[in-house]
Amino acid sequence: MSYFCGSYPIIEKTALAGQIYSYTLHCPEAAEQAQTGQFVQIKAEGYTLRRPISICSADKEKGTLRLVFEVRGGGTDKISRLNVGELMDIIAPLGKGFTVPEKPEGRALIVGGGIGAPPMLDIAKKYGESCTAILGFRSFDRIILDKDYAAAGANTVICTDDGSYGIKGTIAAPLKVELDKGDISRVYACGPIPMLKAAAQAAKDAGVDCEVSLEQRMGCGVGACVVCACTVIRDGRRQVLRVCKDGPVFKGSEVVFD
Amino acid sequence: MSRPDISVNICGVRLKNPIIAASGTYGFGEEYTDLYPLEKLGGISCKGTTLLPKDGNIPPRIAETPSGILNSVGLQNPGVEHFINEDLPRLKRQDIAVIANIAGASIEDYEKTAARLDETDVDMIELNISCPNVKQGGATWGVTCAGAASVTKAVRNATKKPIMVKLTPNVTDITEIAKAVEAEGADAVSLINTLLGMRIDIHTRRPILHNNVGGLSGPAVFPVAVRMVWQVHNAVKIPVIGMGGIASAEDAVEMMLAGASAVQIGTAIFTDPYVPVKAAEGIEKYLSDNGIEKIGDIVGQVKPW
Ligand SMILES: Cc1cc2nc3c(=O)[nH]c(=O)nc-3n(C[C@H](O)[C@H](O)[C@H](O)COP(=O)(O)OP(=O)(O)OC[C@H]3O[C@@H](n4cnc5c(N)ncnc54)[C@H](O)[C@@H]3O)c2cc1C
Ligand SMILES: Cc1cc2nc3c(=O)[nH]c(=O)nc-3n(C[C@H](O)[C@H](O)[C@H](O)COP(=O)(O)O)c2cc1C
Ligand code: FES
Repeated sequence: MSYFCGSYPIIEKTALAGQIYSYTLHCPEAAEQAQTGQFVQIKAEGYTLRRPISICSADKEKGTLRLVFEVRGGGTDKISRLNVGELMDIIAPLGKGFTVPEKPEGRALIVGGGIGAPPMLDIAKKYGESCTAILGFRSFDRIILDKDYAAAGANTVICTDDGSYGIKGTIAAPLKVELDKGDISRVYACGPIPMLKAAAQAAKDAGVDCEVSLEQRMGCGVGACVVCACTVIRDGRRQVLRVCKDGPVFKGSEVVFD
Repeated sequence: MSRPDISVNICGVRLKNPIIAASGTYGFGEEYTDLYPLEKLGGISCKGTTLLPKDGNIPPRIAETPSGILNSVGLQNPGVEHFINEDLPRLKRQDIAVIANIAGASIEDYEKTAARLDETDVDMIELNISCPNVKQGGATWGVTCAGAASVTKAVRNATKKPIMVKLTPNVTDITEIAKAVEAEGADAVSLINTLLGMRIDIHTRRPILHNNVGGLSGPAVFPVAVRMVWQVHNAVKIPVIGMGGIASAEDAVEMMLAGASAVQIGTAIFTDPYVPVKAAEGIEKYLSDNGIEKIGDIVGQVKPW
């Protein structure tokens, strides 16, 4: 597995919800290598650090990568000013993605919180109808990718914190309902830490494998600077690993969340 | 004119070009080989290594600043035995000068780590007496002449390898520290390590770094680094390795004009991983454009008013 660094043409840009953008880049070599759950480091002109953004979807045939991100601060704001026809400077694909069996068995449960929804879309595409996606958002106007998940065939359950759409509250209740059905073979989660913790615990209680995608502030993004530390218990030992190279995806059962 | 000679000789170690990856930003040279061979660089200063493995500080360990970053990694590393067994053999198979960067919590730690490296084929030892991110072993040594001299003396007695002492800019007069380590047998000095800084999230009122404070690096520190390299170059006879914010061939040339015999590049690699390669190529072009035959001819050649 290798990664690339270069400037690639933007072939599509859409605004999904307030300040959340979807970009599609033509970069065949990175798309060819990309695995679900990996990320890219995007250069923001005028900023020292690149911004880590997950690969939402990779189309190996078309040679494209789709990235979905929210404008949070100056760097993502700068990147969001790029338009179709211009180039995006990225390092990609980076990190270790989700374990997605070639031939999915049983049912997959996807749990995404807010801007944690994008990186698992290709899992839904793989599992199709044998997958439930529980996606949590702050409110109706923040909902993204629900139609993409549904189009992939996933049974899509939406929760909003304020109850403005779908189930009111966190993903905890529908997560329990799905796990109680007893046919879930794997849980995949990405989102805020409390959500990951809840998903990992619920999966553990149900005796189901769970993978979570972590976030941490990064320097290099490729494993050289050990800035992006996270603690896991692996092989019976407490270890400090790198989110960027050893992750961002880890087993839910091995992550020390606090 | 034939191609200019950009090779340098630092205390008996030949570097094919004056570009060295700065400690802590390039790991042990494994991560960037997807983009270009390590051999494009003149040297690599490996991640700060201690006698025993170290877990480092609690994250977040990085914060962005205007034209730079603050870091508080806290010397996370797998320990000197791991370096010797796992990394050094791989590095030594390549045509690149390998510099071990060491740190310790006590003089004995430095001594033992250096003695262990003395038995290996590492090319040079860089003594980090300037890490601002660990309570002991970092800047505590580097901020006084007596502290800097005592570590240098101990390591001098522990190894015959060339030693390069890395200086902290967080002092009143860096030339005094440079002279103190020169007197104790340092073969070269490298500077600057990071400048102590702090950022606060105004909404949570929490420092961004979990360590509260961290070291500033990147283009923001470049003018400070140039000034200090110039001062130290004028104060000592041993070679000065310059670093701090170098992000282009032009910056590298400027640092060498100030008195650096070679340069290290760190933070700029996070922005553009190709910077070291572009800098090496750009230096060669600068020399040929200006009809200069060898890189050594520009070292310290600034013409002060
Ligand atoms: C592996 C990974 C995948 C990610 N995938 C996505 C995604 O698909 N979509 C999306 O919208 N966001 C994603 N994020 C979060 C995204 O990286 C941050 O929102 C973004 O870096 C913020 O930059 P800024 O310039 O807007 O904010 P600023 O606050 O100005 O950024 C300042 C610095 O802090 C860093 N930073 C701030 N917040 C975060 C954070 N949550 N995680 C890591 N670094 C941060 C920035 O990278 C920058 O270095 C991901 C983060 C990681 C680590
Ligand atoms: C993430 C990071 C880790 C660092 N780790 C070390 C280290 O282990 N030992 C050391 O001597 N210097 C370390 N440094 C300091 C750099 O080697 C260098 O002195 C400093 O960053 C200035 O150069 P730059 O602006 O080109 O990065 C580190 C710097 C950064 C940014
Ligand atoms: S960001 Fe540099 S090691 Fe992860």
